[in-house]
Amino acid sequence: MRNKVVDKTWAISQIPDGATIMCGGFGLSGAPLELIDELYRQGQKNLVIISNNIGEPGVGLGRLLENGQIRKVIGSYFTSNRTVGEFYLAGKLEVELIPQGSFAEAIRAGGAGIGGFYTKASAGTLLSKDKETKIIDGELYVLQYPLKADFALICAHKADRYGNLVYYKTARNFNPVMATAAKTVIVEVDEIVEPGDLDPENIVTPHLYVDYIVKREVPRWKTQKS
Amino acid sequence: MEDPKVLIARRAAQELKSGDIVNLGIGIPTLVVDFLPEDLHVFIHTENGMLGVGPTPEGDADPDLINAGKLPITEQIGCSFFSSADSFAMIRGGHIDVAILGSLQVDGKGRVANWSVPGQAILGVGGAMDLLVGAKRVIVTMNHTTRDGQPKIVETCTYPLTAERPVDLIITELAVFAVERDGLVLKELMPGATLEEVRAKTGAKFVSEIG
Repeated sequence: MRNKVVDKTWAISQIPDGATIMCGGFGLSGAPLELIDELYRQGQKNLVIISNNIGEPGVGLGRLLENGQIRKVIGSYFTSNRTVGEFYLAGKLEVELIPQGSFAEAIRAGGAGIGGFYTKASAGTLLSKDKETKIIDGELYVLQYPLKADFALICAHKADRYGNLVYYKTARNFNPVMATAAKTVIVEVDEIVEPGDLDPENIVTPHLYVDYIVKREVPRWKTQKS
Repeated sequence: MEDPKVLIARRAAQELKSGDIVNLGIGIPTLVVDFLPEDLHVFIHTENGMLGVGPTPEGDADPDLINAGKLPITEQIGCSFFSSADSFAMIRGGHIDVAILGSLQVDGKGRVANWSVPGQAILGVGGAMDLLVGAKRVIVTMNHTTRDGQPKIVETCTYPLTAERPVDLIITELAVFAVERDGLVLKELMPGATLEEVRAKTGAKFVSEIG
């Protein structure tokens, strides 16, 4: 059995320039902030980031953007980090905006071997003007292709050494689907336990999806809960 | 005078029935959870993966227990957590009884525009397009006019539409409009508002059932 527990410097050094990377999180909740900070420190460039948001100014993916490491972002809501809009309007960043539900399902499809799906979300709007459509049961649907990545950087609460994962409250968000849709999955966790310590009924992400486990240096509940 | 946002949230809460599954969007909608009548038992769904959102916490907040607006919330007894993919399957799949959304503009047919302002750094569709195609009933809560006094209810939206599907009800600090087959119908004036003021500050045609 291969050892999946590694340090973050080694894990992030596997990522080359130009990689496509999924990052979990809804805002900063559930974002793998220690892995992202390590990516900032190592300075890989020309990255395509698939993430619902792009952090906040000076925090998380926001730092990578300001540091000129990101070429393109794919997600649903970038209004909360004005830097994304400024870079976009200045021609320094490509932006692909997808309705949040289509975004989540595209990642699910990417991980589940589904070649795409039709959804009513965005039908008839400017956002879907270049997408294929189909009338199903008399209603207009839009074709959404799957999303996949070279790497997924995700955040969970606990992992066992096999890589089974459980999450914490609304920090779960996109992390379980992103765990399924990338060639290499690196998870950052508060705590690593032995196989058998997690109740099998409660495991959300089974270990076959997870390649590397990094224990946070500072547990989230210590940094975030004052 | 009461904060207009509170006035709107309180009025929106009155539209809910016990047992309803209710999704709250960013802005005024997320305030609704704090103004639910005591005898009303609804289940608040938040797009980021939770059913059973309780009121805003007093004192210590958990940064990993948040709503769509990324603001702190609490757990109602019987709540559950799930992934974003599951959350939007609930939304698109028709399992949400009522969605309450904010908007930048609403047109004379009751269609909303709330995801883009051309030329500005506003790049956020979030869950609005999914909610508009999936929720059984949609209520818009918003200020009646922009900060510089321009109507937000307009004959034709100047911003791109979020969906073809019209909403069911529009609640502002001045008025409540229902969206019916032929367009907007003024159902109610909010406390302190007059019909003249509503006419002056509304950019779309409407039928009035007032006075």
